[in-house]
Amino acid sequence: MIPAAFEYARASSVEEASKLLKTFGEDAKVLAGGHSLIPLMRLRLAQPKALVDINGIKDLDYIKEDGSKLRFGALTRHVTIENSAVVKQKLPILAEVASEIGDNQVRNMGTIGGVAAHADAAGDYPTIALMLDAEIVTNQRTIAAKDFFKDLFTTPLAADEIVTELVFPVANGPHKYIKFRRRLFDWAIVGAAAQKMNGGWRIGLTNVGTTPVRATAVEEALHKGAKPEEAAQHASDGLNPSGDLRASPEYKKHLARVLTKRAIEQAG
Amino acid sequence: MAVTTMIGAKIHRREDPRLITGRGRYVDDMKLNGMLHVGFVRSPYGHARIRSIDVTDAAKAPGVVAVYTARDFEGLLQGEMPVTISFVPDKKQPIGWAFIAKDEARYHGEIVAVVLAREKSQAADATALVSVDFEPLPAVVDLDKAVESKSPTAHTGIPDNVAWDMTVGAGDVDAAFADADVVVKQRILQQRLFPIAMEGRAVLVEYVPFDNRLTMWTSSQVPHWVRLCLTLAMGIPESNIRIVAPDVGGGFGSKIHIYPEEYLAAAASKLSGRPIKWTEGRSENLQATHHGRAQIFDIEIAAKKDGTLLGYKVRQYVDTGAYVSVFSSFQCSAYAIAEGAYDLKNVKFQTVGILTNTTPTDAYRGAGRPEATHAIERGIDLVAREIGMDPVEIRRKNFSKFPHSNYLGFAYDTGDYDKALTKALATVGYDAFRQQQKELRAKGRYLGIGLSTWIEVCGFGPSAVTAANEPLALVESSSVRLHPTGSATVYVGTSPHGQGHATTFAQIAADTLGLPYDAIDVRTSDTGDTPFGYGTYGSRSLHVGGSAVLMSCRKVVDKARKLAAHMLEASEEDVAFDQGRFYVKGSPDKAKTMGEVAFAAHRDNLPEGMEHGLEAVTYYDPPDLSWPFGTHICVVEVDPETGAVDLQRYVAIDDCGNVINPMIVEGQVQGGVAQGIAQALFEEVIHDAETGQLRTGTLLDYSIPGTGEIPVIECDRTITPSTTNPLGAKGIGEAGTIAASPAVINAICDALSPLGIKHVDMPASPDRLWKQIQEARAHANGSKEAHQ
Repeated sequence: MIPAAFEYARASSVEEASKLLKTFGEDAKVLAGGHSLIPLMRLRLAQPKALVDINGIKDLDYIKEDGSKLRFGALTRHVTIENSAVVKQKLPILAEVASEIGDNQVRNMGTIGGVAAHADAAGDYPTIALMLDAEIVTNQRTIAAKDFFKDLFTTPLAADEIVTELVFPVANGPHKYIKFRRRLFDWAIVGAAAQKMNGGWRIGLTNVGTTPVRATAVEEALHKGAKPEEAAQHASDGLNPSGDLRASPEYKKHLARVLTKRAIEQAG
Repeated sequence: MAVTTMIGAKIHRREDPRLITGRGRYVDDMKLNGMLHVGFVRSPYGHARIRSIDVTDAAKAPGVVAVYTARDFEGLLQGEMPVTISFVPDKKQPIGWAFIAKDEARYHGEIVAVVLAREKSQAADATALVSVDFEPLPAVVDLDKAVESKSPTAHTGIPDNVAWDMTVGAGDVDAAFADADVVVKQRILQQRLFPIAMEGRAVLVEYVPFDNRLTMWTSSQVPHWVRLCLTLAMGIPESNIRIVAPDVGGGFGSKIHIYPEEYLAAAASKLSGRPIKWTEGRSENLQATHHGRAQIFDIEIAAKKDGTLLGYKVRQYVDTGAYVSVFSSFQCSAYAIAEGAYDLKNVKFQTVGILTNTTPTDAYRGAGRPEATHAIERGIDLVAREIGMDPVEIRRKNFSKFPHSNYLGFAYDTGDYDKALTKALATVGYDAFRQQQKELRAKGRYLGIGLSTWIEVCGFGPSAVTAANEPLALVESSSVRLHPTGSATVYVGTSPHGQGHATTFAQIAADTLGLPYDAIDVRTSDTGDTPFGYGTYGSRSLHVGGSAVLMSCRKVVDKARKLAAHMLEASEEDVAFDQGRFYVKGSPDKAKTMGEVAFAAHRDNLPEGMEHGLEAVTYYDPPDLSWPFGTHICVVEVDPETGAVDLQRYVAIDDCGNVINPMIVEGQVQGGVAQGIAQALFEEVIHDAETGQLRTGTLLDYSIPGTGEIPVIECDRTITPSTTNPLGAKGIGEAGTIAASPAVINAICDALSPLGIKHVDMPASPDRLWKQIQEARAHANGSKEAHQ
């Protein structure tokens, strides 16, 4: 398929990109790694009037240690996160998540900022961001992850607002992310994350609703001393996932429970 | 006797260096001056009346040269696509595939208008501007409902949806069932699949009016067939049509016939006076290239308590889609091997073709034989389970012994089914596995092992066998021409789409002619210089086409021997030929090489009455079919909590007779098994049951497995040469696909047998298995409670 015609502009700074977005108006899209946007355009499910390519912005591709935080430039590629010694040491769950995204081609191009801004409920980083109380920094403000992923493909980003950075807390205790899928390069049918942090557990779920989910009921049950298997029974509390060709709502809820149990048990 | 050197050698394919370095030449790589791109406007509905089509906006769009609808092609294209006999001589409603919808669209993706534009992107944009006023009609999707008398029909105005209804059989089936100790019945679904090739279809066509000449480059398995069909539809003499299939990136049956797009592109070139190009996009490919399988099998097997199979009843529903595609009923070849590797003489097989509002179905790798194999291999396991017999033992008890003729009277060439089974069991370590399985079951783990002792019929086809079933005898041709300095060009009628003909046929010619392998050039796929051939499908090219190469080479050697005798001043009977050298028996030192003889054949001083040149043509008609066989064994572990299947081992022991190139054979098995596993676990085309719209319209929704999902396939073989062709070879192109799906599903059923699960449908996806496990557990709890 061939995308519908669109304007294209390449920005060399965040300011320029923001200005271009303003000029093009509502129907413009930011092009980062392009691995979600371009397939949608090829199928003509997305027909933006203009693309603002931010790949030429030099200072958005970095991983910085900042005290008890890790700062990821929005253009940091999955492959960089996967192989980063700092991430492996300070936030190993994110390196592991990155290593299981798509295939080599996707990991070489896809970016952490792009995944956040796209806000697909099947994305993996958003689950970790929500679970760990990460922050999404834009050219205009800083937004807590819990306020950022508002609905399916929906964020509070304004038309000329660009994600510039994601800020995660350091978390190098026991952890596990289980991404259940039929093929290695698939999106998660359901994903479950567990991270031991500050003496408690953080539990996150992928693709069980319109946004990533933090399973606070499981966290509380564990806090009260429940065994993983008992606590994990709460993983589906309040969930109302939609069914699709790969999984019924019941199966997704069941997977949320099973995978949560396994993630806690296997966390290392 | 000549010592062969190339036949049997595991050499690399000569095609590969070019292809893997990006130097392949596919249709999409080609351009002609003044060429226009075609965009097809397609129905978004499964079934709809076309009230009107407004092309005004599209015609005014940038770059658009013409917009055509059905009436523009009237008079240019005659009739509809042909429907071949293919195993079903009497079809009730052989409604051939329409070139373009006129008043009614009958599947999602059917062409309703044609746009020509200077740029490909302009054609894509303009197709969206063609305004079609569709009135949606009830769509026929479900096969059980489609045969009910009150069902809506897939075509307005036809009496019902039955395309064919035929029963074949032999023996006394009723008596067999009356005598049985056990009868097992099972409905087995053969889900609809996309036969996805890496390269979709593509056409570039130029019609030159002044000399009424048409040249088409097309991604096809069957260039000569394409030419034949275009002649019939367009009235251009066959001699004025040239079809070329350049490098073709796979087909798996999907390019076994000509398509509406090829006809319409050819006619559009004639209408517009410009060369026309079309390259299928993947979404288009999923809608408009024929689909495969889409069948339901209802089987019943009668057996004795000791495991002896007595009788077999099958009803095969074939979802033909909206039209009866060219080789659609080839899928009824299932009846030719219905009873598989077992000696079963009381068989009744009914096949019913059913029209629905979906993309037409046709051959997909195996075409009828994977379906038949899945049915009987599942069936025999169900019998074994019912009587508490090991699946190995019941197979051994019922294996056909040679010489053997099946229930329809087909005499199998050769076979030794126990040999392949024994080797496969040893490779996998069957007894040790059973022990391990027992131990792990006690720990709550669900491991299973599945067998598939498959057979196949291929080598289509001997005219004696196929004459009744096909309008033309499916022979294959070759022309072998030696050049003065001792190299040779081999022209063949069959046409590859990834099989490595150029390598395999050169191996045969090199040995037979006694020339170096590198001195043999194999030319295929251009009707302008190759003799007539039927193309590549049904695992036939080596058996039929390879034999044609061998026969032509032998004819050349016969003539060369006469000339060599003349040169050696000896009588022909006294001249030996070995390793490319002719010499008088007893005097090997004084020899003439084939190269020297070829040179002499182009000079003066030929024997009295001999024509110049060294050249021969063969149309090879094999005396009979060939029947490959083997045993595949799969080991799985099922995660009862998630329904996920872990493929732990896959062993494939195949017998395709004599092997020309072991690497190519292994490649065919590996790829075939991967596609069989894909059907067993991953792939399924889904149409909306009400509207007929395609729900799995992208490869995001349709799960083709990748390398990460396919285990290492442990390949080996037994060798039982065929007696029905001079190479002693049998086909191997479809074997993996034929064998694999029951091996995987039998393994899953074995794994889940402690839960009382007897049958699992395909694809055995985790959600489906989880649901079945839940139901089985609920049922077991229910039974327990009932007993308490």
